[in-house]
Amino acid sequence: MADIVIMPKLGFDMAEGTLVRWVRQVGENVAKGEVLAEIETDKATVEVESVFSGVVRQQLVQAGTSVPIGSPIAVIGTADEVIDLARIAASSSGGAPVVRAASAAAPAPQTPAAVVAGPAFGGRSSASPLARRLAGEAGLDLAKVRGTGAGGRITRKDVEAARRAPVARPAAGAGPSAWLPPLPFTPGPAGEEVRVPRTRLRQAIGRRMTEAKQQVPHFYVTHEYRMEALMAVRAQANAYLAEAEKLSVNDFLVKAVALCLRQFPNLNASLAGEAVVQHAEVNVGVAVAVEGGLLTVVTREADRKALRLLARETGEMVARAREGKVRSADVEGSTFTVSNLGMFEVEDFIAIINPPEAAILAVGSVREAAVAEGGVVKSGWRMKATLSADHRVTDGAEAARFLQALAQYIENPAGLLL
Amino acid sequence: MAKLTMREAISQGLWEEMERDPRVFILGEEVGVWGGTYAVTKGFYDHFGAERVRDTPIAEAAIIGGAIGAALSGARPVAELMTINFAFAAMDQIVNQAAKLHYMFNGQMILPLVIRAVGGGGRQLGATHSQTPDAVFAHFPGLKVVAPGTPADAKGLLKSAIRSDDPVLFLEHATLYQSRGEVPEGEHLVPIGRSAVQRPGRDVTLVTYSKMLEVSQRAAAELAKDGVEVEIVDLRTLRPLDMGPVLDSFRKTNRAVIVEEGWRSYGVGAEIAARIYEEAFDYVDAPIRRVAQKEVPLPYNRSLEQMALPQEQDIIQAVREVL
Repeated sequence: MADIVIMPKLGFDMAEGTLVRWVRQVGENVAKGEVLAEIETDKATVEVESVFSGVVRQQLVQAGTSVPIGSPIAVIGTADEVIDLARIAASSSGGAPVVRAASAAAPAPQTPAAVVAGPAFGGRSSASPLARRLAGEAGLDLAKVRGTGAGGRITRKDVEAARRAPVARPAAGAGPSAWLPPLPFTPGPAGEEVRVPRTRLRQAIGRRMTEAKQQVPHFYVTHEYRMEALMAVRAQANAYLAEAEKLSVNDFLVKAVALCLRQFPNLNASLAGEAVVQHAEVNVGVAVAVEGGLLTVVTREADRKALRLLARETGEMVARAREGKVRSADVEGSTFTVSNLGMFEVEDFIAIINPPEAAILAVGSVREAAVAEGGVVKSGWRMKATLSADHRVTDGAEAARFLQALAQYIENPAGLLL
Repeated sequence: MAKLTMREAISQGLWEEMERDPRVFILGEEVGVWGGTYAVTKGFYDHFGAERVRDTPIAEAAIIGGAIGAALSGARPVAELMTINFAFAAMDQIVNQAAKLHYMFNGQMILPLVIRAVGGGGRQLGATHSQTPDAVFAHFPGLKVVAPGTPADAKGLLKSAIRSDDPVLFLEHATLYQSRGEVPEGEHLVPIGRSAVQRPGRDVTLVTYSKMLEVSQRAAAELAKDGVEVEIVDLRTLRPLDMGPVLDSFRKTNRAVIVEEGWRSYGVGAEIAARIYEEAFDYVDAPIRRVAQKEVPLPYNRSLEQMALPQEQDIIQAVREVL
């Protein structure tokens, strides 16, 4: 009985995909796990692996055609069986092919697998789930790793050994390391002086920040947060989510900040003459580095949005900002800003307030640190955040209380999932 | 800190709660004039009187049934079952009445009832008086099941159990009464439903509780001589089960051995292993091993009895298998 291969769903918002190229032609054999075709979504080109073994009997979609997810794209069966599409469709729910990232904009660097001399490790390799995960993360082919666990099982130790093993170099002279720029042999003569005109965005940022730094009396309060619980909850939550939907630490922080601001209306505020306007909505801006400058995208009513929705909206806005397709609604109306440099291994920093807001939170990296608890030094995960606040609106004590209250949300992250 | 035996710690906890709250009273076989089969309530009868330390007939269903009635009427009974093996004679009262009344009557009444029961093998009491059926009771929602392995936990958990508004089965191990440990002075409470790391280590997570904590500690000390650092997580409460420390430890060591005194099939080890596989699958680096009682009614003969019960060597071997 033949099987139908369908267009797979590759992301939360994927509605259709374009079949770019058939890798296996009608009449050719394909084994389960072999690449059948390449498809393109609005994000990347991916290879589609067959979930069935057999002969490609029919291609139901021509190369270059775009079809909705779930549509049948191919029929795989035996070489001589009679293909009755209607009958197959009635009895088969369709096999969504396995996909793997392929020639996206920049091809993923081919991590050379550690080559282990010895017999071929054919067949199904027995590897612990941990080893499988670590090998996947390292881009190692488990078939080439020798297992030393019970019954030849590949364990973490084996994967780590394989990663340390000398790697087979490509024939062409690669540098000492793929990610280090080549070191010049001798310092050459100094280069020419270059004048780079400032973009309009750069100029706007300069104007606003000069104004803020000159006119707003800033003060700064730093707090260190215990991140073990949040990292654990994030890992648990992300296990349920597709790659495109994974929650970032910043998503959690935006939600935590939003909930906390509900307790501190005076920090979700703007100065207006002799009055302080405490805003009705909590709209959290997230600073995004873009080509030639910085934008703040705004998650509206972040306190009332489920984390997953918040993350998706923020992700979409960030993507638009980076592609230069930002919409005016994306960048207007923030009542508080979060600026996160955590991804750059920053311990802490201070940010300039984004007027007319009353405060901005500068967030550093989540890093492993030696922490003392109950007289014992152990390893833990910590993150520092610094609040810059406008002294015309608030004082150090309130800022400190806000940071302290924020710890309640960050360190008890289950509440952020509700 | 005072070094107390498990017996003294339990006795002290019980005494303090009776002094603190006049609604607390004891009932059971030989708990009064005789002072308890395991001498836990020695001196209670003379101090608190016959009203609050009640000797009962040899009728477990009546003991628990009476305690349930008293709890529903506003008292806080601590019913003692001479051994957990006799709980089967009161099974309907325990699992159909005590565990379900609060639920079935929509929370209209509370059931502040503690059942103290002695379990475990190793004293040559024969197959019917030596069982460790902890998992049977932990199976039922509505019942809290507590099984301390140290004197400090025994005292702190018993006090929490007496103050709990839910029925709590408090399991004491027959061969732990003489074991000594430090118990904090003054008011000492241990919350129900919290596991704890009893020995830190990096190589293997050893999950256990009650008597097997003691055996596991010996095995861990032995393994440490060969440089194997075992992390011991003591469950302390079987229901509600706190997997947090177990999972934290497992994500660090990636290997686990679960040690229980009861039988392996459908046991505590099965539950813990399943939860690890469910919640930390991507951290598993070796099959999880269970150490448990051999699947036979526990023999009377001393050598055979010891062979059937999990021993230090069994634990050491299991740890070596997962390394």
